[in-house]
Amino acid sequence: MIGPSGYLTTRRFWTLTALACALWLVVGALCLSWGQVRLPTREVLAVLSGGRASELTANIVLMQRLPRVLLGLLAGGGLAVAGAVFQAMLRNPLATPHTLGVSAGGSLGAVLAISLGWSAPGHWPVGTVQLFALGGALVNISIIYLLARRKDMLSPLKLLLAGVTLGLISSAMIMFVRFISDPQKLVMVDRWLMGGLEVQGYRSVASVLPLLVPALALLVMQANAMNQLSLGEEMAVGRGVNVRAVQMESFLGGSILTAAVVSVAGPIGFVGLIVPHVLRTLFGPDHRVLLVLSFFGGGAFLAAADTVARSAFAPSELPVGVLTAMMGGPFFLLLLVTQMRRQ
Amino acid sequence: MTGELLSVLDCSFRYREGDFRLCKVRLDVRPGEVLGIIGPNGSGKSTLLRLMSGFLEPHEGEVVLAGRPLRSLSRRMLAREIAFLPQEPETAFGFSVREVVAMGRYPYLAAFGFLREHDVEVIERSMHETETDRFGARAFPTLSGGEKQRVLIASILAQEPSAMLLDEPTAALDIHHRSEVLGLLRALAGKEIAVVIVTHDLNAASQFCDRLILLSEGGVARAGGPAEVMDPELLSQVYGAHVRVVQNPVTGAPMAVVLGKEGHDRA
Repeated sequence: MIGPSGYLTTRRFWTLTALACALWLVVGALCLSWGQVRLPTREVLAVLSGGRASELTANIVLMQRLPRVLLGLLAGGGLAVAGAVFQAMLRNPLATPHTLGVSAGGSLGAVLAISLGWSAPGHWPVGTVQLFALGGALVNISIIYLLARRKDMLSPLKLLLAGVTLGLISSAMIMFVRFISDPQKLVMVDRWLMGGLEVQGYRSVASVLPLLVPALALLVMQANAMNQLSLGEEMAVGRGVNVRAVQMESFLGGSILTAAVVSVAGPIGFVGLIVPHVLRTLFGPDHRVLLVLSFFGGGAFLAAADTVARSAFAPSELPVGVLTAMMGGPFFLLLLVTQMRRQ
Repeated sequence: MTGELLSVLDCSFRYREGDFRLCKVRLDVRPGEVLGIIGPNGSGKSTLLRLMSGFLEPHEGEVVLAGRPLRSLSRRMLAREIAFLPQEPETAFGFSVREVVAMGRYPYLAAFGFLREHDVEVIERSMHETETDRFGARAFPTLSGGEKQRVLIASILAQEPSAMLLDEPTAALDIHHRSEVLGLLRALAGKEIAVVIVTHDLNAASQFCDRLILLSEGGVARAGGPAEVMDPELLSQVYGAHVRVVQNPVTGAPMAVVLGKEGHDRA
């Protein structure tokens, strides 16, 4: 099971997928019962299955925790898959969903919306901040796409340079918007930039699904071709891979995942770095397994981290983005050191 | 005409940038032979190989595989016939040797790429023929240069191609591994595969190849058996150096010796 050895069989693929999915669900259920108020898991399950439970429990579970846990399960999965995809495309295990400037664009949009104080009508399916975040991310995705688009194939280096530069430009503009913002709004801006899941009700969950599901499907279907890219673009062309299509679809799929998540949860860091890396070490680099496991693993990780973040500092809640960043920083250094030692 | 497999018919090509052009190149490769493409830096060896693999399309002329123009074949069909190994491919992530060889089955598989029984047989056979089965479970990036090259050859062999095109397959190898890899390619050619290699190593080409194509400034300077192409005057002219050709005392193959400017050689 562990380490790279044999071929990926259908049996191994489905076994791992089923186990990961089960873990994802179990962690989700546990996250529902943990928090400032501990609820017995049995009662939580009763609420979910429509059985008998106290009104208070039902309220906490359905109104407060469930949308948040669901969002964690989906957002973490989206970030981890996006990270794994960008790592494959750039052939660099240190790439993250935020490397290519997509989430900086989303953040710029959100920060603009917050500091301008516009609000969308309540019956819209998405809030203003989310709408602006999606818009900002889309602007950056389009610019990078146009810059990197070529007749035959993308150069990962050019994609990286374009993406990182666009991210820096967006960050600079965020600083400018913060500078001219009214100090009261600034608190909200900073809070959003920390990244967190303390939202929001089911509207956020419902609004990311239409983006998340097609992007995930698109990426998983490319997973086998992504394996070919790891020996270089020329080698992949020689095997009959339509390299340009795979690169474009991977870039767009990964970017849309990132944009969807950032638009509701802010730029939560390091999930997209840690999760694929750990899973690759445990189960090998085959992207067919890696992407599926990253989705479930990333979701379970973020939901669990958010549960810790909202319980550990009770009665106040730590934004989960702060927690993952604090965990991720040292992990990132460790990764760099071991990689350097290997070379 | 003993059934040409891959023919380059008066192909011309130029890159969008730079002055380099390949001009009216003509050559044939037959099943079972090892063809060496030699020539100085910038003479068009790699470009020619990329035209033959279908990566680049000629601006004039045609590359024909068993009577069919390459441009009429889909990517996947092409990959089943022609396998291409670039110079020193990158190796990201720790795929195992067996997984790398299995990647060669890509053009035969459905989108998600699960292997069928027949694919596994082909993979195991490819590993056996290249003697890479001994370390099939090891991570590819941890291998030595010679081992890596054998694994990559196994992986293009798993494509079951009728022609294998290799760009500088021995450039990074020491003399032992160089002759090992070239010997392996010779053995594979014995199984009715056409093998085309681009190389800088004139003497290895002369020893291992059935025929040589000497390129000079984007055109064929001479094509033929090693004895024909390893002509001291021709080589001196093409390489702009003082080349003498002697007979290798052990193998009997023609061997080029480059002499420095007068007085610069130690002897």
